[in-house]
Amino acid sequence: MTATIDSPRSGKNSSGKISPQYRRTGASRGNFEMFAWLFMRLSGVVLVVLIFGHLFVNLLVGEGIHAIDFGFVAGKWADPFWQIWDLAMLWLAMLHGTNGVRTIINDYAEKDSTRLWLKIVLYAATTVIIVLGTLVIFTFNPCPVVDGVPLPGGFCPA
Amino acid sequence: MPTKPAGTLYRGREGMWSWVGHRITGVVIFFFLLVHVLDTSLVRVSPEAYTAVIGAYKNPLMALGETGLVAAIVFHAFNGLRIIAVDFWKKGAKYQRQMLWTVLALWVVVMVGFSIRHLSLALGGH
Repeated sequence: MTATIDSPRSGKNSSGKISPQYRRTGASRGNFEMFAWLFMRLSGVVLVVLIFGHLFVNLLVGEGIHAIDFGFVAGKWADPFWQIWDLAMLWLAMLHGTNGVRTIINDYAEKDSTRLWLKIVLYAATTVIIVLGTLVIFTFNPCPVVDGVPLPGGFCPA
Repeated sequence: MPTKPAGTLYRGREGMWSWVGHRITGVVIFFFLLVHVLDTSLVRVSPEAYTAVIGAYKNPLMALGETGLVAAIVFHAFNGLRIIAVDFWKKGAKYQRQMLWTVLALWVVVMVGFSIRHLSLALGGH
């Protein structure tokens, strides 16, 4: 008796598609890696603008770093423009950085369990930082009253 | 000069070393970002807490650290744009070497400008 083995691409298996054992991509990964690759390039271009702007405004204008205090941050976040700017920077930078570190973990951690644990720690840190940063930007009160005295700020109601 | 690639994935020269530099600067920036979100979050605790921690960024040693951090960011930014050009521009791979030297030249120009401005502000009498 002779067994006949169909060509993997002949479509003669029950599903009519390439048999699972001959597929070159993993079962359910889909196009994730392609989107991750594309995201790094798109977010990278946007981050160059956002971060260069952030550094210029915070470090190079006026008194530079000496001007940064509570009032400086409050003055920026009293303006929705800087709230959105910083929110976009937070999310894009964290996701860009997390994907970069994920790539590095995949490259250098050879044991499955090591890779798994490093990525669990990475994703936990990413989640905490993104949630914390987002909450701070949107629940922040730029005009707090300390010991019954309102802090001075041109952007605060008298 | 050898005509065949050496028996390793790491083939040296501009291509490999820019990749190494991109990885190292990326990791440095990522860990600073984690700390930076945490220190900025102190504005939500109290004005005093924020001002106390941000004061730590204003000493001379930190001024050098900030300059190093910005050096890492500027290299990562310019080399990242080079990577995009290698991937999406038809002649990108052919000119990747020249683009790296352009990246480094621009990096020197930007860093000289930044260092003069930031260090004179941070270290200068105030």
